Amino acid sequence: MSSTFCAVIDYGMGNLHSAHGALQTVAPDTKVVVTSDPEVILKADHVVLPGVGAIRDCMAEIRAQGIDQVVAEVRKTKPLLGICVGLQAMMDHSEENGGVDCMGLFPGQVKFFGHDLYENGEHLKVPHMGWNQVQQVAHPLWSGIADNSRFYFVHSYYVAAEKPEQVKGRGHYGVDFAAAMGEDNVFAVQFHPEKSHNAGLALLRNFLAWDGQA
Amino acid sequence: MGLAKRIIPCLDVDKGRVVKGVNFVGIRDAGDPVEIAKRYNDQGADEITFLDITASHEGRETTVHMVEAIAEQVFIPLTVGGGIRELDDIRRMLNAGADKVSINSAAVYNPEFVKAASEKFGAQCIVVAIDAKQVDDHWEIFTHGGRKPTGINAVEWAVKMEQYGAGEILLTSMDRDGVKSGFDLGVTRAIADAVNIPVIASGGVGNLDHLVEGVKEGHADAVLAASIFHFGEYTVQEAKQHMAAAGIEMRLD
Repeated sequence: MSSTFCAVIDYGMGNLHSAHGALQTVAPDTKVVVTSDPEVILKADHVVLPGVGAIRDCMAEIRAQGIDQVVAEVRKTKPLLGICVGLQAMMDHSEENGGVDCMGLFPGQVKFFGHDLYENGEHLKVPHMGWNQVQQVAHPLWSGIADNSRFYFVHSYYVAAEKPEQVKGRGHYGVDFAAAMGEDNVFAVQFHPEKSHNAGLALLRNFLAWDGQA
Repeated sequence: MGLAKRIIPCLDVDKGRVVKGVNFVGIRDAGDPVEIAKRYNDQGADEITFLDITASHEGRETTVHMVEAIAEQVFIPLTVGGGIRELDDIRRMLNAGADKVSINSAAVYNPEFVKAASEKFGAQCIVVAIDAKQVDDHWEIFTHGGRKPTGINAVEWAVKMEQYGAGEILLTSMDRDGVKSGFDLGVTRAIADAVNIPVIASGGVGNLDHLVEGVKEGHADAVLAASIFHFGEYTVQEAKQHMAAAGIEMRLD
């Protein structure tokens, strides 16, 4: 089932140009729209929840615009892709901004990497910014992408999953973290596929071809 | 397995064209920015940075459209610097498709601007550019393309900018820019070791060993270069292969 209509949820948190452009590039025949309209989102075949910036502001907008209810509805019915803070917003709770409750699609916490992060004696900078490897756990969205391919990350907080079986991609930066989470028709990534060159575009192409069966 | 060091080709842009000066004078035209950005994207560049040196307001609008055109075709992170003075300048560039903006003189004149920008848009998209020159036994910040000293200690400034919410430091050594004798490794290392955010080394790259030195001796997290790529001396892929062969973790796929 290839997508004919993909909605990128716009809740006022930053530029969605790149996500829209990348999706449209991998699927020229798919209608890709950036929207905050619940009716439009619920009509789409595939839904993307992006996110940048601080979690407090993101969650405030998500709640103020009723996006949490839309996401809960989408979660029951169609393929949903969370990106970056979009993934973090799907967890139970984030310790950013003094502690913020999130949507709770996945049990687990979003934690700060900290300023005392070391690997083999080397002090690691935060944010975790740049291209890092993702160890894949079998899932249709990794189709055709070499295991341990690099994706572009930029984040200071990471997802600590409560249920290991929901981790679909393993990342490591001083600590192990969830680079991708998934269950049923939901998949969410910490990295930016729309900024991850060929590997990222392949993942987006796989998402738009995905029927939501894990 | 770990985070790769980055290579960032830099495009100096004037009214929608890529140019590169030597010591900031004697500008040579290097071509169409969209074509060049696509070429670097295809060669495996990890990011692309644009420094807008356009003086006029009208010329800046051209830059916004250029960023839009590039963001539609190039799917790696884009940074835009030059003339970022107000929150609205940042908003326009991010809306056009930039992932980060680089703040230079405006940070020196008004450090609070960095704080406001970081709070508004997030530290991940705020790069503070530092132009440093050696003065006696230390390094100082210079503005106006390296002509105007400020008396500010570059290392202390970098630490302060981190505290103010910078997500990354773009460090240009003004003694070296355009002269191709390699990064100033002293100031690069001093700043990279002093802050907890990534540091991009810039200024002075003339060959591929300079890139290796920037990471291994300068402790930079990323290296930025312009003319060695613009004029076809090396491709970005050759540079990455060279750095990987020197034992540096790179993205080669």
